[in-house]
Amino acid sequence: MNRPAMEHSKCFTEMMSDLGLASIDELFRDIPKEVRTGGLDLPKGMGELDFSRDLRQLLSANKPATSWLSFLGGGVYFHHIPAAVRSVVSRSEFATSYTPYQSEISQGMLQALFEYQSFMAELTGIDIINSSMYDASTALGEAVLMSHRISGGSRFLASKSISPERLAVARLYAKGAGLEISTVDYDGDSGLVDLNDLDSKMSDDVCGFYYEIPNFFGVLETGWKEIRKTVDDKTLVIGTNPLSLALIKPPGEMGADIVIGDAQTLGVPMNLGGPSIGVFGCRSEHLRKMPGRLIGMTEDSAGRRSFCMTLQTREQHIRRSKATSNICTNEALLAVAVAAHMAILGRAGLRSTAGRNIRNMNNLAEAIDSIEGYTAPLFDAPHFNEFVMQSPVEGNRLNKALMGKRIHGGLAIERWFPELKNCILVATTEMHTSEDHRRLIDALEAIR
Amino acid sequence: MRYHQAIYEVPLLFEGCESSLIDHADDRCADMIPRDLLRTSLELPDLPEREVVKHFVNLSQMNFGVDNGMYPLGSCTMKYNPKICDDLSSMDTVAHMHPLQDVSTMQGALALMAELEEMLCEIGGVDAVTLQPAAGAHGEFTGMQIVKAFHESNGEARKEVVLPDTAHGTNPASAAMVGYDVLDIPSKDGCVDVDALSKTISDDTAAFMLTNPNTLGLFEKDVREIARIVHDAGALLYYDGANLNAIMGKTSPGMMDFDIVHFNLHKTFATPHGGGGPGAGPVGVKRRLDEYLPVPRITKRGDAFDLDYDRPRSIGKVKAFYGNFAVLVRAYAYIKMQGGEGLERVSEQAVLNSNYLKSKLKDLFDMPYGDLRKHEFVLSGKVLKKHGLRTMDFAKRLLDHGFHAPTVYFPLIVDEALMIEPTETETKDTLDAFVESCKQILSEDPEIVRTAPHNTARSRIDEAKAARDLILSWRGHKIKKTHSGDGQRSSRA
Repeated sequence: MNRPAMEHSKCFTEMMSDLGLASIDELFRDIPKEVRTGGLDLPKGMGELDFSRDLRQLLSANKPATSWLSFLGGGVYFHHIPAAVRSVVSRSEFATSYTPYQSEISQGMLQALFEYQSFMAELTGIDIINSSMYDASTALGEAVLMSHRISGGSRFLASKSISPERLAVARLYAKGAGLEISTVDYDGDSGLVDLNDLDSKMSDDVCGFYYEIPNFFGVLETGWKEIRKTVDDKTLVIGTNPLSLALIKPPGEMGADIVIGDAQTLGVPMNLGGPSIGVFGCRSEHLRKMPGRLIGMTEDSAGRRSFCMTLQTREQHIRRSKATSNICTNEALLAVAVAAHMAILGRAGLRSTAGRNIRNMNNLAEAIDSIEGYTAPLFDAPHFNEFVMQSPVEGNRLNKALMGKRIHGGLAIERWFPELKNCILVATTEMHTSEDHRRLIDALEAIR
Repeated sequence: MRYHQAIYEVPLLFEGCESSLIDHADDRCADMIPRDLLRTSLELPDLPEREVVKHFVNLSQMNFGVDNGMYPLGSCTMKYNPKICDDLSSMDTVAHMHPLQDVSTMQGALALMAELEEMLCEIGGVDAVTLQPAAGAHGEFTGMQIVKAFHESNGEARKEVVLPDTAHGTNPASAAMVGYDVLDIPSKDGCVDVDALSKTISDDTAAFMLTNPNTLGLFEKDVREIARIVHDAGALLYYDGANLNAIMGKTSPGMMDFDIVHFNLHKTFATPHGGGGPGAGPVGVKRRLDEYLPVPRITKRGDAFDLDYDRPRSIGKVKAFYGNFAVLVRAYAYIKMQGGEGLERVSEQAVLNSNYLKSKLKDLFDMPYGDLRKHEFVLSGKVLKKHGLRTMDFAKRLLDHGFHAPTVYFPLIVDEALMIEPTETETKDTLDAFVESCKQILSEDPEIVRTAPHNTARSRIDEAKAARDLILSWRGHKIKKTHSGDGQRSSRA
């Protein structure tokens, strides 16, 4: 039976005597007595078979989206991932490699990352995409810091209609740099950025402004031209769901200086929120102020097309305390997954998937709206694949009732947006059939 | 072994892409979106799955991973990653969990994370652990935020973080990101110069960051004295966990009086590195810093686990949700399958392998500083200079022999540094073969070494050209091509 626990190698004694050592303690004689511990108080190791059985049992208490019907979104979404994506990223030449510092022996990973950068640059319509950040929340944190490097100032503005998780992380990143984040209201009818409030908060000490399209309420921002004008010469950061961009005008064409997002929606499972993959891009004039790793095209000594990491002088291992970021480990393997996912779906597949998301959203919202006591979508604006629904009962109570029917309802958002009473954020993707929608509708009708 | 990597010219997926204009007439949802929100062009390939899979499999054959061979990359702990961990982390009950599910539907995940926190507490000698940080550097960022919150709550605005000149680059970068001025202190005999430390530490010092064993593979035996100096000045002591693989069960950061510790799960706990990530960088703290950890904290009432956001002194959130869960599952599996004794054996074998390899190589090169090393050791490649070679040439030639190169030119205090960490998962035969290759390379025609590698997918790559041309995507490549096309035409004219 397979037993992976470590035991001393066959040649342990031979190697010890080769070194002239009688006991293993001699290898650790440089550790002073006063800091020595006598082993680890952890249970005995387990074989693969027994451990797997135990772990499956432990995790059987989880209710994944494959066993319960789920309408949760809010930044993380349940999408179909073609089997071939897993097959590609399971190649152990990719999975077990380190950061490709030795480029000659790492061309596979380097080209795959270059292709990720290429796919994402095309999708977002921005000049430069780095080879990944941890997730959208830390990408936003880094974007705040970069806005400060570009525009100076001490205050960063963020739309109130963004993910509260992302806002919380951005606040912490800002604090380190001595920056403050102020929020800009949304319009109560449309869920769009309140342009008057934005205008009144713009001033010389502002570094930049961040909004999302689609925003946290699933709303697609129609006021993008006015926003760009109002932000004037300050840094404009736009957050996006890359999947929506198969149909929607890219942020690069909406005047973004920096684009961020989460590419979890393109080939990465939800994983309880991590790992996912942070998209980070910018216009080429800001390139040297950018955080993160970049892969460039070049040649080898024989003149063959080759790839390597480049502009490393921005990074921590060279520039140390003057680096544009501390990031080292990123989400490289997931960038390969995203590239493979986009390639397998292709232009047509991505467009039809995004289209199904939009149609599903409209169908579901319409069906819910027709139930007495429910309003959906609450906001009068175009949406991508989620929307705010107002229910006749408090959100958490509604969700508890749905759980009785093995349904993960939407996200009760009143705790972050007290003005949105009894409101629930409902997401629907290509994973849902019309029968799935029917199940939710029937359940809601019973609760009303 | 003579190594030969596949040598392909794999075109980019974009090459051969056709027209990019979009006709929205086909889109059945076009009437649901206002016209000026629809994109007008999208240049992406449309290839059969068969072609895409071939593309990536061929690329993978031009990539070297731990599964291909020894990866003695110092400070990176490139050990073999047990396959069962990958299988388990892709189960539905891991992969398809949404982070905002009701806690009653994620009890298994919370139980796993709570137990992993406890096990890391035992290994690190700390009282509480957060699993939220996504990587080692992100753990450092978290730790520095905790340092800042701690001093602020004591009404102190300390401005400096001190670290030795052998520190990993992420240390100063993380401290700077949290707004600290960074002071380097020089090493003495490869270790912290305690006198220099005393002189540098002041009541303006917020923290001292250290890894032990340090990046030379030397154990900082004055660590308790260091801790005393740091604590007497009211500062905190931070442990960079990149080198934890050397000491499990023998000592712990907590036992050495460190206040804050990060763990690199993708190093010590065998989760694969994925060509640069994802990783995970949990952070442990002593009791007095517990209240500053990021929210949410996992709590337990009776048999039920819950998430607690009501922590008024918490630094807040360093990342959305709870951490890189799929990576945490792998590390949990690794620790459970090793058990306490297995982990201690891991450190013993890692240190034995390192010292064995060092004993075979130190006479071929120069090895400054003390003799007994922990999990890694640093040689100086200056002996190569008499053949007109540099450390980088030697490193590139190792690739031809089927070995990944060591970490080179780091730490900065060793001239022409070669930093070697064999890890516990390599056999004596492999270590002996590595030594044989080193000997062969030193006796080879220097010209062959200078122009290495020869057996890899590409020969020496022109990094300067990459930085000059800055072609960073297909879009960039097309623009460059158009421009250089124009340039040729005008030069002919």
